[in-house]
Amino acid sequence: MSASLAAPAPAGAGRMTLRLVLIGAMLVLAMLPVLNRLPPDSALHVSDFIVSITGKWITYAILALAIDLAWGYAGILSLGHGAFFALGGYAIGMHLMRLIGPRGVYGHPTLPDFMVFLGYRELPWYWLGFEHFPFAILMAMAVPGLLAGVVGYLAFRSRITGVYLSIITQAMTYALMLAFFRNDMGFGGNNGFTDFKELLGMPLNTPSARSTLFYASLLLLLGSLWVCGRVTRSKLGRVLVAIRDAESRTRFLGYDVTQHKLFVFVLSAMIAGLAGALYVPQVGIINPGEFSPGNSIEAVIWVAVGGRGTLVGALLGAFSVNALKTWLTTVAPDLWLFALGGLFVAVTLFLPRGLIGLFQKERR
Amino acid sequence: MSATELAAGAPHPPRGQAVPDAVLYLDGVSVVFDGFRALNNLSLIVEAGELRAIIGPNGAGKTTMMDVITGKTRPTAGVVRFHDHDLTRLDEATIANLGIGRKFQKPTMFDALTVFENLELALKAPRGPFSCLRWVLDRTSRQKIESTMAEVGLTARAHDRAGVLSHGQRQWLEIGMLLMQDPELLLVDEPVAGMTDQETEHTAALLVRIAGARSVVVVEHDLEFVRALGSKVTVLCEGSMLSEGSIDHVQNDPRVIEVYLGR
Repeated sequence: MSASLAAPAPAGAGRMTLRLVLIGAMLVLAMLPVLNRLPPDSALHVSDFIVSITGKWITYAILALAIDLAWGYAGILSLGHGAFFALGGYAIGMHLMRLIGPRGVYGHPTLPDFMVFLGYRELPWYWLGFEHFPFAILMAMAVPGLLAGVVGYLAFRSRITGVYLSIITQAMTYALMLAFFRNDMGFGGNNGFTDFKELLGMPLNTPSARSTLFYASLLLLLGSLWVCGRVTRSKLGRVLVAIRDAESRTRFLGYDVTQHKLFVFVLSAMIAGLAGALYVPQVGIINPGEFSPGNSIEAVIWVAVGGRGTLVGALLGAFSVNALKTWLTTVAPDLWLFALGGLFVAVTLFLPRGLIGLFQKERR
Repeated sequence: MSATELAAGAPHPPRGQAVPDAVLYLDGVSVVFDGFRALNNLSLIVEAGELRAIIGPNGAGKTTMMDVITGKTRPTAGVVRFHDHDLTRLDEATIANLGIGRKFQKPTMFDALTVFENLELALKAPRGPFSCLRWVLDRTSRQKIESTMAEVGLTARAHDRAGVLSHGQRQWLEIGMLLMQDPELLLVDEPVAGMTDQETEHTAALLVRIAGARSVVVVEHDLEFVRALGSKVTVLCEGSMLSEGSIDHVQNDPRVIEVYLGR
């Protein structure tokens, strides 16, 4: 796949293997909800826990893909992609809150509980429309895309790159976190949204909802993989690599670097937003903690561990680091942050091309 | 003429009236960095199809002049025109798309991409993100790339990454990238630095062949190479023009001998 960028001519066989492994992994993933339906005493039975956590990881993998598109290809190291993910999550969260209707604790026909509690008389204008699912999904893409467009335009036009850009994106997600913590923003303050009932007429927290959301996530993963592959294999992908490696040279060739970076940054934010929109119904909660800078940094580490600049690497990183996290936070919760930091240092020092580098031939 | 007018405080004449065939027109250009005058009231006219060599000691302002023409540096004062376009108001990408191509002193290309892909990126074609996304390499474009690769002798390395080329090959690839842009004016900064004698000779022949259909400005230290170009020579010193004429003329100019050749 995108490994073709790193080693264009000779890697034919390696690329085929990689593609087969990828297809195999997707098939295994697709089987999980089916195996979940087997009787619990069957050898092949997969627990509810595995299905729900894998569904969550798939949305993380989509986020990793989005980061890799911007960072691995165009060299835009965003330390605020968690914000786009969280905004997508809030958009679907608003829809889920509207669907609760009169079943809330206070029984108000339209207002969510927290609004009744805070003394709202009517829905704020920016909540209008969210009772419609398509509108919420549209917003899950449009809001992150718009934010990325504004921040990106200002930064790229002023030729802010490298660590300065990273700091700006980090500040962006931190500012959003502080804003969403405020009760008067109208997004539930530090409690955020939870206690969702149903989505598209399907009660959440049932096996069928779990497997539907799982397959929706898997479809989005495949779709994102296709879109990202379409971009990176086109001439645009090569322009992005050119910008990453020699931005000013690309300008002298006549490319408007700002436009290209903006395109990829906005696309990446929209993919991240959709991932967030599938994440929230699966975990059943969204709160301002999702904007915390630590989340964004962790997502960047997934990509670094897996191998940036190759789309498969991002997926590999997201799954393997999160598997490690799940295991380690059960066995030795205190060790996790040290392990994450250590992992990042180790990968930077010994595996600059990430885990995927172990499978690639030496670049010549 | 323009210099006298400038001295008299007259407005700059429109390009068309002043010098009918001028492609590039610099008049009274100064660039000041923190009090240091990198360019000092420099004037230069390059005509259509002309091959021009620019020489001068280190710090004479040769690279700064290139920077001003390509929009990397804004002049503190003066006029910079490419046909009727005021280059002091345009950015690098716009200037490149007007038809000014630049080869850098240190060869710069995209090391992660192959020779073919480097040339494909340089090929004159719509440059926007959506056009690039939809781009399909057609036969004409492929042939153009292949003939350029043949011209600069890199056909055998078409699918090697640019990062693994030798220094001389990198210089060639960059000249090839310039040709792909199909520019009207080529700015070539030290093309033969680090080349063997044979490669130098080959480069001189190539540049002579390219000029004619387009204007070429070559900045170079190597006087043998400049002589092989057989073109008009401009000598820069401390940001101003010191002398201009044939290579024999400037080599015998006492001022040039004093500041440059005589040392």
